[in-house]
Amino acid sequence: MKSQANPQNTSAATISERATRRSLTDVFKNWELLLVVLIIIVVLVNTRLSPYFLNAKNISRTSSDFMEIGLMMLPMVFIVVTGNIDLSVASNMGMSASFMGLLHNMGVNIWLAALAGLALGTLGGVLNGYLIAKVKLPSLVVTLGTYAFFRGIAYGFLGDQAARNYPAKFTYLGQGRVGGSLIPVSVAIFIGLAIIFGIILHATKFGRHLYAIGNNEEAAKYSGVPIDKIKFSLFVISGFMAAFAGLVLAARFGSTRPDNGTGLELAVITATVLGGVDIDGGKGSMYGAVLSLLLIGLLRFGMGLVNIQSQVQSTIIGLLLIVSIFLPHIGQRIAANKATRFRWKTVLAVVGIIALFVLFFVFFFWSRAPVLAEI
Amino acid sequence: MSEIILELRNISKSFSGVEVLHNVDFSLKTGEIHALLGENGAGKSTLVKIITGFHQPSSGEIYFDEERVSFNDTRDSRDVGIAAIYQELSLFPDLDVAENIFIGRQPLNNTKMVDWRKLYAEAKKLLDSLGVKIDLKQKARNLSIAEQQMVEIARAFSINARVLIMDEPTSSLTLNEVEDLFRLVRNIRKNGTAVIFISHRLEELFEIADRVTVLRDGSYVDTKPIAETNREDLIRMMVGRSISEQFPKIEVPPSDVVLSVENLSNGTTFGDVSFELRRGEILGFAGLVGAGRTDVANTIFGIRGATSGTIKLDGQTVSITSPRQAMALGLAYVPEDRLQHGLIPQMNITKNITLPRLDRFSQVGWIQIRSENKEAFEVACQMEVRATSIQQKTRELSGGNQQKVVLGKWLSTNPRILILDEPTRGIDVGTKAAVHMLMTKLAAEGMAIILISSELPEILGMSDRIIVMREGYITAEFSREAATQEKILTAATEDVRTRIQQ
Repeated sequence: MKSQANPQNTSAATISERATRRSLTDVFKNWELLLVVLIIIVVLVNTRLSPYFLNAKNISRTSSDFMEIGLMMLPMVFIVVTGNIDLSVASNMGMSASFMGLLHNMGVNIWLAALAGLALGTLGGVLNGYLIAKVKLPSLVVTLGTYAFFRGIAYGFLGDQAARNYPAKFTYLGQGRVGGSLIPVSVAIFIGLAIIFGIILHATKFGRHLYAIGNNEEAAKYSGVPIDKIKFSLFVISGFMAAFAGLVLAARFGSTRPDNGTGLELAVITATVLGGVDIDGGKGSMYGAVLSLLLIGLLRFGMGLVNIQSQVQSTIIGLLLIVSIFLPHIGQRIAANKATRFRWKTVLAVVGIIALFVLFFVFFFWSRAPVLAEI
Repeated sequence: MSEIILELRNISKSFSGVEVLHNVDFSLKTGEIHALLGENGAGKSTLVKIITGFHQPSSGEIYFDEERVSFNDTRDSRDVGIAAIYQELSLFPDLDVAENIFIGRQPLNNTKMVDWRKLYAEAKKLLDSLGVKIDLKQKARNLSIAEQQMVEIARAFSINARVLIMDEPTSSLTLNEVEDLFRLVRNIRKNGTAVIFISHRLEELFEIADRVTVLRDGSYVDTKPIAETNREDLIRMMVGRSISEQFPKIEVPPSDVVLSVENLSNGTTFGDVSFELRRGEILGFAGLVGAGRTDVANTIFGIRGATSGTIKLDGQTVSITSPRQAMALGLAYVPEDRLQHGLIPQMNITKNITLPRLDRFSQVGWIQIRSENKEAFEVACQMEVRATSIQQKTRELSGGNQQKVVLGKWLSTNPRILILDEPTRGIDVGTKAAVHMLMTKLAAEGMAIILISSELPEILGMSDRIIVMREGYITAEFSREAATQEKILTAATEDVRTRIQQ
């Protein structure tokens, strides 16, 4: 009775140090959990459809196909969390790998050439970072420009040539296995880096600053967050990782062509957004992004095993992406309305989502039916 | 020509429980220029927004042409002929003058294409009849503010607006432009259009207005013919409130200067600002919205750069180019706009409080969550933040509690100089009193405080010294004893002309 009458009188009792218990809507909003459920569904369905799905060798071989996307996705998560985007990653990857290939063709030691490739990719990141953080141009426009620019340079290096005959020591990076196990080297590297990037995002000052910038750049600035420095470093890291992904790709193929990785930036952004990283910035987690990469990988692998054409595969991934943007939106709406009465719109939206999922699976089975019939 | 076109009776309006308008009456006759006067926050804009249908009154009635009406949105009010021109102009920058005037209702020829010849002919006729000389083919982006306003007025006039609302139309005009604007306003009045005119420049009202209605703290004070009143009278009506608030101010003996600002300018919004701030002193900055006070604070805190002038801390010249640097030098700034600049609304209380000094909880960048939470909890308790948990998102808190979080966040950086920009705007009375208590306590402990406030009683009640700014320049400085509401308001609103003549 006292506390109601006099707001001054209430102190420590008005606030708790611990978080309140999570409600059901919070769980529903938890995208990472949904990804896990989706992954389980995909695994179960695929296991039923193909006896080759749970084959360790197959999984091992396929997993390395997604590592270039994964390596570029790690810094992309950082960038998207701040509300920016880097469209130039795949072109930068092509440029760096081509530079390395050119040097290799000229007879330079492969490790020196790789180092030079890394340096060039980082330099590309510096260019992006300078234009975005210092000149203050929007990242979408800057990286759209460098997207074309870097690819052009890649062709400048190699023309219609390809670089090949990399030494086995180098191709080990893309084709080798760790020790006697089935784990590809590139996957091991990716897992290690994903853990490091995850820790940076979720447990360090730098990571906290990224979320602050993504949620409210102005307020972050007023609170002393060094916005420009952070943005600059993000694009430099992205450039470096793109170059590294280029090396891995070159090692996996055993050759380099200037068009390597064309269009991969969209796969990277898809994996990021499907992982629950809000394209407007401020939200998302590293484990969500890694889970979504796993989901996309398993989905494509499974669909490939049952001979679903790659165009149809893309359609399904695209549909999944739209749902992934749609679903948290609905979750928020439900959370916002929980205090008010029963809402028709909410019900309709939920029905809409369910319909989309049904559509998704109908499409899934329909698209493989004719293929199976042919067998 | 004196029938009443628009009448508001007993209008009240509350926003989330806070009453901003209380039983306001207002009547407008055809062909009159009716000034609406009041301090910042007196409720003028809310009243205008109710007339235009942007807000709906919580209670009370609106009559238009003696018929009861209710405007559900701005389109309803536009349909009966109410047009408003705001401080932020709304022309399409890449369309030309004539196109802007006839936007959305361009004359068409028989092939349903725009009849350009007719459009320009009619636009010319319209501007001629209003006595406005502007090139019809000029793009709106190339026009001066004054010309843009005239185009907006012409547009309102061409759709036969019967009521024209002008919100501070003269605030960014030069003297000659004001003359032109007034000529135009008088012109449209001749045709029976009623004008609601909002301005802080009292002299202008005597020149242009027929009647004046004064609002104070959301309440109706009086409506008078302008001829039956004078400047002093109007100021008394605007500020003459009963002092219900008690300010817990303690006198702190003057101590050494910690901050001195000399001839600071940013080239655009303020110039030649010089003042000194002492330990334990609360220095009030009074002035109208847009007088440049926030820009001075921003520049001192390193958010925006200065073009000239020096800032000295303890007698040492410093160059502050980022908030981070300002923080390191012992400054803290609680900004005016809580949600845009003060808080990250999507983040929880803990993360907001610790954002400026994550270093303290990090080892090699690694945040120690436990000590961070402990610290945030202590700050939140000290500030008496009311929330379910320190993990609650700050956007879910009330304005007062949000402000406590912002204050806590900055106070925990242990600043020597604290800049408070409108620290009690939009917060409840209880929190307001708490903020005032806190300020007194901090000043007694030796903190130097700059208080920017548009609320005169707060400035008068809390400050040791008061600086008044107008249009980017310091126009007066008063000691606590010498300051009165009338003196401050005079210094804050004095007509530009007086200054030029001096």
